[in-house]
Amino acid sequence: MSIFKRKRSVEVVSGDIANREVEGLSQGQIVRRRFIRHRGAMISLIVLVAVILFVFSALDFQLFFIKYHGWWKYSFTDQPEIRTQGCPGGLGGCPTLSLNPFGAFGLGDHPFGQDDIGRDYFALVMRGAQRSILVMFIIGIVGGIVGTVIGAISGFYRGWTDSILMRFTDFIITIPSVIIGSVIGYHFGNLGVTFLALYLGLFAWTGLSRLVRGEFLSLREREFVDAAKVAGATNRRIIFKHILPNAVGVIIVSVTLIMSGAILLETALSYLGFGVVAPDVSLGLLISQYQDSFSSRPWLFWYPGIFIILIALTVNFIGDGLRDAFDPRQRRRISRKERSAERKVANA
Amino acid sequence: MSTPVLKVKDYTIEFWVDGTWYPAAIDMNFELQAGKTLAIVGESGSGKSTTALGVMSLLASNARTYGSVQVKGVEMVGTSAGHLQKYRGKEVAYIFQEPMTALNPVYTIGAQIIETLRTHFDLGPKEARTRAIELISMVDIPNPEQSVDKYPHQLSGGQRQRAMIAQALACDPALLIADEPTTALDVTVQAEILDLMRDLRSKLNSAILLITHDMGVVADMADEILVMKDGRTVEHGSADQIFNNPQHPYTKELLAAVPVLGTSPKRSLSYSESAKPAPVLNLEDVTIEYPKRGRVPAFTAVKNLSLQIYPGEIVGLVGESGSGKTTVGRASIGLLPIKSGKLEVVGHDISHASQKDLQKIRRHTGIVFQDPASSLNPRLPIGESIGEPIFLAGLAKGADLARKVEDLLDQVELPRSYRNRYPHELSGGQRQRVGIARALALTPDLMIADEPTSALDVSVQARFLELFQDLQQKLQFACLFISHDLAVVDILSHRVAVMQNGELVEQGDRDLILKNPQMAYTQRLIAAVPVPNPAEQEKRRVARLASK
Repeated sequence: MSIFKRKRSVEVVSGDIANREVEGLSQGQIVRRRFIRHRGAMISLIVLVAVILFVFSALDFQLFFIKYHGWWKYSFTDQPEIRTQGCPGGLGGCPTLSLNPFGAFGLGDHPFGQDDIGRDYFALVMRGAQRSILVMFIIGIVGGIVGTVIGAISGFYRGWTDSILMRFTDFIITIPSVIIGSVIGYHFGNLGVTFLALYLGLFAWTGLSRLVRGEFLSLREREFVDAAKVAGATNRRIIFKHILPNAVGVIIVSVTLIMSGAILLETALSYLGFGVVAPDVSLGLLISQYQDSFSSRPWLFWYPGIFIILIALTVNFIGDGLRDAFDPRQRRRISRKERSAERKVANA
Repeated sequence: MSTPVLKVKDYTIEFWVDGTWYPAAIDMNFELQAGKTLAIVGESGSGKSTTALGVMSLLASNARTYGSVQVKGVEMVGTSAGHLQKYRGKEVAYIFQEPMTALNPVYTIGAQIIETLRTHFDLGPKEARTRAIELISMVDIPNPEQSVDKYPHQLSGGQRQRAMIAQALACDPALLIADEPTTALDVTVQAEILDLMRDLRSKLNSAILLITHDMGVVADMADEILVMKDGRTVEHGSADQIFNNPQHPYTKELLAAVPVLGTSPKRSLSYSESAKPAPVLNLEDVTIEYPKRGRVPAFTAVKNLSLQIYPGEIVGLVGESGSGKTTVGRASIGLLPIKSGKLEVVGHDISHASQKDLQKIRRHTGIVFQDPASSLNPRLPIGESIGEPIFLAGLAKGADLARKVEDLLDQVELPRSYRNRYPHELSGGQRQRVGIARALALTPDLMIADEPTSALDVSVQARFLELFQDLQQKLQFACLFISHDLAVVDILSHRVAVMQNGELVEQGDRDLILKNPQMAYTQRLIAAVPVPNPAEQEKRRVARLASK
């Protein structure tokens, strides 16, 4: 590969070598390049997108007047007969998924098995994952907007505005989120998962608003803000045009953290019985409903669990990658692989 | 000849950036004997600091080196970390540019000196402390017994730099590497630190490797000079030879770019002293206070200051850091409220103006900030930054605005294509030009320039000053030029005002103030400015020390 060629370069380097990497690129392009180089985050992004496409395309759904027909044969409300054939210990509804390439490799009729009343567990898990992902995004967006606005206002105006907003934030922080969630779930759970997520989002912004406030406090002292003020910019213009774009790194990173927390919160609430209510399902609800079957029919536990871990983990990794990409102090180090490849060329 | 303290041979440093090796220093060759000072000079990015760090392998992990560096005849390149550890601090000590960041803020200076001592010598805590106090008194920090327990933030900038030197000297190093040791300091403090370093060199017989871009400091300290450009050695010779008989065109250029106090011609105004028009900026008895915050008491930054600036006139405002120069500049443009007195800009009183009035008045003003890295929004292309004042004043939009921005870029001699570039893609000098273009956007009557050259290299500064003079000649704006550099003020201004501790000490015609200062403070300030001429500097030093 040409980039590893040892270059005893004779060319004259003018200016700062450290900036060579970012020459001719906009801030957005720099961040994108750094993110793409973060292997864990890129893999996670691909996995997460794949999971979302997989989960949402599996079942039928209706968005306003568009009807979509899913590729999976059962819906989460169908109740086919319970299959007992080939199950160990005479239990019904065991999974037919087999990954043994030398045996009966394939999905079978009910890859994740069936529940007590014969519902297809694959369809249930898909439906549950859909709900969980929906909750995750809504909480992330609502929490992100509320947190950014409150943090931006208190950081920019300081003084008593700041005091009031931050004491209000303190007040929200002191209430454990599971308790808020339970109360909300108890009162609004029957309104559907979207409303539940909206209300939860209204309590998920505290950490973000603190971070945004800190960022605004330091950015508002920068000289370019003074320059904008002298140029005649209004406060609104300074906040949205000059400061906010510079704080976007912090916001994106902590929104991903809110999202990964949200999926666990939804799971915990549903497990406690205050989240999504039957006949709808969510991953947490599935786990809670079948907790008694842990020893006898563990698959009822595994499959929703795997999806919870997969979603929470990938979102966290993406957040980590974004944090690295936005950090201007972080320079890419020369990796061992590149170092040794370079050495090989040098010795040859 | 004895073994040199430092011998660098065919030393090359390269950095791995984005898949390619870029050389930062190429084929460096020099020797340094005990008791001598070698100065490496060059512009930022020429590789001088990299070379200094490379001596003790303190480079970033993406660097590789070739060649040889010998300290007292022992090879340093390619040796183990443990081996280097024995030499770092003991034989080779560093003094960095910014003492506030180089000292650890959570430990007392005593603790940091003691740490160095106990790492290299078998000393008990008590003995180490005694030695630390000895060192602190050696570098002339007042009350060494108490100062040893002070934290870095409790000391002034000069004292912090002294503490750094004390730490560096803890183990009587054979070689002291000083990387821009006085760049962050005021001229008067700089003179004291240089005196101290010279003093210690003769006392301890250490060799000093001095990295600096200030030719005045070089003239003051160096026995030998090495000029670097783009990683290569351009010229290497004795101080006398480099200053008085430079061979390489780059060295000549570098020396020519250094502003020298009292050499620029007098600048005259188009009107006579008796027929003065109304002042553009009028400060009468102005007091500016930073209000008390919590338990921090109110701080009066500027006291009863009166100053007038007339159309087409440049007034240089000089003083040490903390004297209130910047505060005056910011208040003059309505960024800070004044507590009492009268402040008029272009005939409008802005001391009690509403936000709306202020915006109207600001159309007649422009400001250039000190730090070009911070004064441009990193997320906006520079064309937008320049055009913002015009856009917000409602003077132009769309294609019309683009044309105006291009005109402004032409004026500050930047290519038009730079319109879509981002600040981080430009060099410091280019960014400062963008700052000027933005300040000129509304063709102001009054320009405030707050240390616009302090972050620039000499050659860049020289070009910048030329451009600034041309523009002022053409556009005839009045300007308050704030600077700590007397030589720069000397080139530009018609009149000079000197500030100390928030008060105006002296003001008047440029030649009157700079050639024949009346007040002791001004005299001290002028005497401390180093001159880029070793013989002249020697004379001045003797005179200064004698007057103490």
